[in-house]
Amino acid sequence: MIRLPNVLRYRPREGMIAWAFHRISGIGIFAFVLLHVLDIYLVGGNPKLYDEVLAFYKSIPGRFLEVILGAALLYHSLNGLRIILIDLWPRMTAYHKLLWWGSWVIFIVVGVPGGLIILRPVWLPILQQLGLG
Amino acid sequence: MRPRGSRREVFVWYTMRVSGLMLFVLALAHFSILHFIYDPGAQTADFIASQRWNQFFWRAFDWLLLMNVLLHGFLGVRTVVVDYIHRPAWRDFTLLLLYTTAVLLLIIGTQVILTLPSATAAQ
Repeated sequence: MIRLPNVLRYRPREGMIAWAFHRISGIGIFAFVLLHVLDIYLVGGNPKLYDEVLAFYKSIPGRFLEVILGAALLYHSLNGLRIILIDLWPRMTAYHKLLWWGSWVIFIVVGVPGGLIILRPVWLPILQQLGLG
Repeated sequence: MRPRGSRREVFVWYTMRVSGLMLFVLALAHFSILHFIYDPGAQTADFIASQRWNQFFWRAFDWLLLMNVLLHGFLGVRTVVVDYIHRPAWRDFTLLLLYTTAVLLLIIGTQVILTLPSATAAQ
């Protein structure tokens, strides 16, 4: 029998995963906000440099990072709402699994089309190459 | 769970929830408009001056978003700092750095929203 390292053998419950993801996505969004306030400041101070910085969003890595930002924002928002709901209405604790999986359903339903919109310049040329677009 | 104990921590707890709810609307709307309706790859300084910020409403909207994001983001990172940095001197130093950054972002963010001349769209 294969013995897994202890880190992998431990099976975290929903609440712990939610907490870890909330923290990671929060720190990621925080880092983006720092950069974003600095870049928007350039609009007044150095518009040319601003245009050059924003051109990064046109690149393929830029598009993927944009999707990651959107995913972090969406997860953090939905999970935050779930926390507030349970805080204000403690009886919801009984349905915590439903709330957790429900928030993932919303994440997929909203996030996948959103991701496809952002990544359109990536997949549209491929479709056109295949003669489907 | 609302913290028991110091009045300050209870206040922080409420502030996180109120600003979080504000951000649920403000941040998601801001992201949807600027990433789904418009494309950030096409957002030049001219676009900001002549379209995004050519109305008082959108400047006020983005400023309100900035206020909430600074409150929520910096109080959130404060929690993370307090969780992981235990040595009092280091903790105080990191928190000082954090609050200084917040004030700096508040100043430059407010400045650009207030002072950027709005232009009419260059057609």
